[in-house]
Amino acid sequence: MRHLLSIEDLDREDIDRIMERAASFAEVGRRDIKKVPTLRGRTIVSLFYESSTRTSSSFELAAKRLSADVVSVKAAGSAVDKGESLKDTIATLSAYAPEAIVIRHPYAGAAKLVTGWTSAAVVNAGDGKHEHPSQALLDAYTLLDRLGTLEGKRIWIVGDVLHSRVARSCALCFRMLGAEVTICGPPTLIPRGAAEGLGVAVADDLADLGEADVVYALRMQRERMKESFVPSIREYAANYQIDSRRLGPRQLLMHPGPVNRGVELSPEVIDGPASLITAQVESGLVVRMAILYEILAGGDPRGAGARADDAELPAPTPIGEPA
Amino acid sequence: MTGSRPISSLDWRGTGADPEGDIVLAGARVLDPREGIDASRDIVVRGGEIAELAPAGDGEADGAEVIEAEGMSVFPAFFDPHVHLRTPGREDEEDLETGSRAAAAGGYCGVLAMANTEPPVDSAADVAALREEARERAAIPIGFLACVTRGMEGSELTEMAELAAAGAVGFSDDGLPISSARVLRRALQYQRLAGRPIALHEEDAELSAGGAMHEGTVSAALGIGGVPSVSESTMIARDAALAAYEDARVHIQHLSAAESVAAVEQAKAGGVAISCEATPHHLTLTDEEVRSLDSRFKMNPPLRAETDRQALIEGLRSGAIDCIATDHAPHSPDEKEVPFEQAAMGVTGLETAFSAIYTELVLPGVLELATLVERLSGGAEPFGFVAPRIAPGAEANLVLVDTEAEWDAGAEGWESRSHNSCFAGMRLRGRVLMTIAAGRVAYRQRSFAMGVA
Repeated sequence: MRHLLSIEDLDREDIDRIMERAASFAEVGRRDIKKVPTLRGRTIVSLFYESSTRTSSSFELAAKRLSADVVSVKAAGSAVDKGESLKDTIATLSAYAPEAIVIRHPYAGAAKLVTGWTSAAVVNAGDGKHEHPSQALLDAYTLLDRLGTLEGKRIWIVGDVLHSRVARSCALCFRMLGAEVTICGPPTLIPRGAAEGLGVAVADDLADLGEADVVYALRMQRERMKESFVPSIREYAANYQIDSRRLGPRQLLMHPGPVNRGVELSPEVIDGPASLITAQVESGLVVRMAILYEILAGGDPRGAGARADDAELPAPTPIGEPA
Repeated sequence: MTGSRPISSLDWRGTGADPEGDIVLAGARVLDPREGIDASRDIVVRGGEIAELAPAGDGEADGAEVIEAEGMSVFPAFFDPHVHLRTPGREDEEDLETGSRAAAAGGYCGVLAMANTEPPVDSAADVAALREEARERAAIPIGFLACVTRGMEGSELTEMAELAAAGAVGFSDDGLPISSARVLRRALQYQRLAGRPIALHEEDAELSAGGAMHEGTVSAALGIGGVPSVSESTMIARDAALAAYEDARVHIQHLSAAESVAAVEQAKAGGVAISCEATPHHLTLTDEEVRSLDSRFKMNPPLRAETDRQALIEGLRSGAIDCIATDHAPHSPDEKEVPFEQAAMGVTGLETAFSAIYTELVLPGVLELATLVERLSGGAEPFGFVAPRIAPGAEANLVLVDTEAEWDAGAEGWESRSHNSCFAGMRLRGRVLMTIAAGRVAYRQRSFAMGVA
């Protein structure tokens, strides 16, 4: 795999490989010394044009656990603030000859565009409302860890699908792993053509939520009422909030964070036994290590038409142990 | 609608010049659906007019340049009622010379330039300056539209009567819709004084706000804001009703949606003086192209769904759509080398219009060649110009085409100063070899050899 731009670009084998690799990194994470030398001497640029806490910190720590050198560039206070174009910024950063660029950008396709301007591998950490593939992969990892398989599982994604790159990537990823996906939210926040475009079922209300094995709630921006997407946050919560009344005992709960407590989720379910929200954050680290490993050390040469045999890849070796 | 003004009444380098030497186009297939001709003929061009249309081998060639055109085709040259030549203000993207050269290379004998320049064309002095520049620099006749509203701001009317007297061929705020029904109604009333058609970019900005592509399954998958089809069709319905009420004449620009074709059909059936156009890109491409997130496929109105494309083709066949217009919109690389949603809207089109539609629609048998030829020159009459035609005594507006030739669009560069073609890199069939505009040779393909008798 040369880049990670979207779930749509991946096939089942790619996902399985990343899941396996992440599991091996999870094992490393339980050791005293959590760092491996795999990417020693490699440079990774983290370029965030939008604010982010968990994605940027998770990628940064993942890179450090792999012994890579990380440079973080935030849009605020940088040349971007002074009107530099994306192309020029990439040219400047490419002069440091990084092996990878992790980019978040407010517009769809930015990461893909960047691949044409640099020889570095590019990881999409969120492009507009398009995709957020590392989030979907960490969510898949979290669910596989808990359920063993997604084959035949029913997953409901609830909330503001229209503005959510997480919903798009997750719907594609969960489906590829065999799950049946339903998206649910106010009709104003469900994109026209979503059923066909994303291959999902669409529900206007939570009446059939009981069928879900997993409930994936999305963040609801409090400002949406100003654009008349919803009449009020109160009415949104009344119709779509996941609370202990709506969430059954055998259903799992997920959320990409940050949570608006009392809006899309009631406080008791956030901290309840069904909640995987903390597990998602933990998965984020090992899955992002696996992604960086995959594109920088995974060997693939998809462009050459060949796929490296997994068995030939060295298992990660903790520093201090013989390689 | 029939036009009365000759294309040579527009401004270009040939304005007021002496006629060129005689030319004989010998033995080509001559196809002019308006004249009902589809046969092998010799065309003799003398003094800027078609002097003779003789059976092949019979054309008088005394001292004339003879172009052996057997196996090739001659059509009435094309007329584009909708191009952006970026002059004044953005000559880094296009100017009257490069834009008219691109048009000539595409087989056009005349183009009408939109007024959304920087600054917009909204005074008689602006029109006069452009006409003068065209007489110095334009390779083919160019007509200039002026804005409907001052500064294209949508609120106050321009001095339409004076602009018409200064030579504006029509009025349009193209690039932007006239959102206010009240302002458009006043303009339609005032048309009785100014004459000249009003060309309308139909878009309800309230409905299209935040959109960068067609609203449908592809926009849902990409997470890009959608421009719904009804943002176009509801405005067409509104404006057709206003035109009917005021007994005015309107031309609807760049139809993109099935609902829009239906709205125009309904207006025409009701007797409204309405004409409309569709572009080569809307006729040959769909929103599926946008999956690449390539900004070359971003334009306004956006590429729509396959059902919309089929409706446009059917409209072209039935005549509901009067003509093909390129909406040739040059943009600098800086405006396109950005993420799709941030990219400027528009594609170039003059150099590929015939070949793209010929390759995509005529060769597969979807559209008759005769229909394509008729619609490519159909933009003249709605603006009051005599449609190019192949008949003795007619002004010579001719295009010579090798329908067998294959070429890779853009591989040899472009005549246009900008390169934002959505057909670049495509292998196309059918190549313009020569264009005669208002009696003068405006373009010869570089590798096309000629003999003199």
